[in-house]
Amino acid sequence: MSIKVLRPGLLTSIQDLGRYGYQKHGVIVSGAMDSYSLRMANLLVGNKEDQAVLEITLVGPALLIEKDILLAITGGDLSPTVGGKPIPMYRPVFLKKGCILQFGARKSGCRSYLAIAGGYNISEVMRSASTYLRAGLGGFEGRALQVDDVLQLKDPQEKNASLLRQLASSSSASSYVSTKWFLGRSHIPQEGEPVKIRVMRGRQFEQFSGDSKDAFWNCPFQVSSQSDRMGYRLSGTALKLAEPLEMISEAVSLGTVQVPPDGNPIILLADRQTVGGYPKIAQVALVDVAVVAQLKPGSKICFQEISLREAERLYLIREQEIQTLQRAIRLKMQ
Amino acid sequence: MNQTPLSVNAGIEMLPVGESAIVIEFGKTISPAIHQKVRALARYLDSYPFPGMVEYVAAYTSITVFYDPVIIKNRNDNQEKAGNRLSYTIVSGLIEECMSKLDDSFAGQARIVEIPVCYGGDFGPDIEYVAEYNKLTVSEVIEIHSSGQYLVYMIGFAPGFPYVGGMSERISTPRRQSPRMSIPAGTVGIAGMQTGVYPIVTPGGWQLIGRTPLALFRPNEYPPSLLQSGDIVRFCPISYKEFMDYKGEGQ
Repeated sequence: MSIKVLRPGLLTSIQDLGRYGYQKHGVIVSGAMDSYSLRMANLLVGNKEDQAVLEITLVGPALLIEKDILLAITGGDLSPTVGGKPIPMYRPVFLKKGCILQFGARKSGCRSYLAIAGGYNISEVMRSASTYLRAGLGGFEGRALQVDDVLQLKDPQEKNASLLRQLASSSSASSYVSTKWFLGRSHIPQEGEPVKIRVMRGRQFEQFSGDSKDAFWNCPFQVSSQSDRMGYRLSGTALKLAEPLEMISEAVSLGTVQVPPDGNPIILLADRQTVGGYPKIAQVALVDVAVVAQLKPGSKICFQEISLREAERLYLIREQEIQTLQRAIRLKMQ
Repeated sequence: MNQTPLSVNAGIEMLPVGESAIVIEFGKTISPAIHQKVRALARYLDSYPFPGMVEYVAAYTSITVFYDPVIIKNRNDNQEKAGNRLSYTIVSGLIEECMSKLDDSFAGQARIVEIPVCYGGDFGPDIEYVAEYNKLTVSEVIEIHSSGQYLVYMIGFAPGFPYVGGMSERISTPRRQSPRMSIPAGTVGIAGMQTGVYPIVTPGGWQLIGRTPLALFRPNEYPPSLLQSGDIVRFCPISYKEFMDYKGEGQ
């Protein structure tokens, strides 16, 4: 059984943790913009952390649920409801066959992740289910969801099926039931701007003019409306090189901040090209990439310097926390 | 053969790219000799990837190696009780080790790939302009373009798109003033001193001179890119009929 798309939303696509190993062939990584939220969503329903989920952007879809399912929604709060009633995020939720899950006003962040116990039945292309929008590959027919699409689901494994049965038995008249336990934390800043983004100096940082280096650390930048899954374009003080620089194209990476000749920096994200030839002023710490991915156009950010050592320490701590969480959730599900 | 190991060659620079990648730069100019070193390390990493390595991207003068810091730390800290070492430090050590084991001969013979091209007509609407701009005839443009040997420095921009070097200055032509919205897959173009083939439908500002019936990007095959960094490309002129026959066979 399946899920039917009644309204697709602005940009709803199948994503997993990305397509690795093919960048040398010019194939971009893709995958969830906010991979942290994707992993949380999967763990909450007992899936493997890297399974494909729906990435929902700003204006969410309306989905007809055609079988009993266990789901979890993480990331930005786009007001998910069932039968007009809000349903909680960051916890497993049981939905009865026949109900309609829809998203409404944006409350925080800008991307939600919808995981379903068992997962979506999507064939992998180059070892990933992620949608590669520009090449029309992977995901659901290589594109964002459209009205009347039908997403097939896999059956949940025994360990999450038991939670599903347990919740199902306690659902009486109501259209949904959730667990009492939930994840208490989110990395998404609720209020307060500018949002601090921690970065390391990029390879060409020193080649920028003194004024531009000062401006980079001290002035806020605004996320422009031309931002997308490929990268976030920022506006603010135009950043200039001290002297013209002969650049030779080389690989770029997730969170690279590059500066094209117009002086407006771009933070490279999930759908970035594999190589680039613009000077790189900075590199976003991996733990803050998920924060960037939840910023909406118009948000203000400022950059704060972090050492490679500190960035790695934070990354390793977070990975440790995810492991711990996975064990805790497994215990809860028994 | 007595060759100098790469690691003692002057001018090799290693730098971190965030917490999960390292760039190894072999020089500051684009040349087949420097790219030879890029290719040697790439071949080595193909055969002997280190645990925790995710993938690499070979470019004009550099290789960027992506790795998983969790695996790098776990595997190396236990062995060497070096809990405080950055995964970058560990990886740069592993790369140094790789480079001490290889020399330029590791790059091996370049593979030569022939790409049939039907020049001009609807496939190459800008070939007259390229000829006019360079004060040549159309057949001279074809002759010059198809007699070159082109080194594939890197794949990027689009899946399977080769950045090649070696085009004759005699057919160099600036990009179009206004880019086209949609260029069919297989189209061969010229932009400045560069030539290349569009593997998928994309917008672009190149001067279009012909089209190949070959698929440069084949997502269901391995490798998905027809060309690899380090290959030598030759363009061979074919007729419209040969183009159509080729297309027919492929289906």
